[in-house]
Amino acid sequence: MGDDDGSKSKAELDARFTELYRAHLRDVYSYSYYRVGNHHDAEDLTEQTFLQAYRHFERAMRESNGRPLRPWLIRIAHNLAANFYRDRSRKPESAIEDAGVISSVHTTESLVEGREELQSILAGVAQLPDDRREALIMRFALGMDNREIARALGRTDGATKVLLHRAIRQLEGIVASSEDTQA
Amino acid sequence: MTSGAAHLEALLREALSPVEPPADLAQRLELTLVNLTELAQDELESWELSAMRDPRNWARPVAAAVIGTTAGTALVLLRVRARHRSRKAESSSLRQLAEHTLHDIAEETRRILPDR
Repeated sequence: MGDDDGSKSKAELDARFTELYRAHLRDVYSYSYYRVGNHHDAEDLTEQTFLQAYRHFERAMRESNGRPLRPWLIRIAHNLAANFYRDRSRKPESAIEDAGVISSVHTTESLVEGREELQSILAGVAQLPDDRREALIMRFALGMDNREIARALGRTDGATKVLLHRAIRQLEGIVASSEDTQA
Repeated sequence: MTSGAAHLEALLREALSPVEPPADLAQRLELTLVNLTELAQDELESWELSAMRDPRNWARPVAAAVIGTTAGTALVLLRVRARHRSRKAESSSLRQLAEHTLHDIAEETRRILPDR
């Protein structure tokens, strides 16, 4: 009886994890891709994120109090990406640098390719400090709201709002100055 | 919001479009997760079978676990934990380590709680 209950709850947990995985695979992959700048490392990061999430899923479910788990998943990816750079002692690559390779695989990059305005935005995003770049990725690539971003970054809602505002202001400056240089 | 900022946000939305993961990544990940689930279950089942082979090896630890909060049990656990470290180095597999640990619990229980 006890064993049946245990197997049942394990099966339920696995089913819930499968739902989470299917619902957020694209989010985790998008975040990873824009964070590391190439598909090979983005695949690794995505895989590691879900394996880690699987290990701690039961506790996360218990502690989430019914709140969405997407910020928790993205926080795992965020921490793994930080380790990734520390371990390999390297900086994120600009997505622009990979545009040639990427465009053959993904529609997103072919959309950007040939549009100087969008390329200049991506180049500007790559120049932002890590926390501002991440906040923009979460907002615009993943469509996360302030509260979700705050949970993923471990900040308050207010601090996140300020972070996003400053990121956009700084990006505006970068794009404007690059346009001035080109003119 | 200024129209410049609104324009920039629209461009950001377009430039940072979600990226579809490659199909083989999804398949590979699902396979890995299924394997992990099955492995965890197999490991548990084989550990249980092997540990339960000889009832003398687990009857006393079960008794010790039942009285869990007594000082004697705490001492058993402390001593077993100390031995567990050296066992870890000696054991070639998790299963072997589990068997050794179970055996140690039985030994220590017999020594410290002879009436159990």
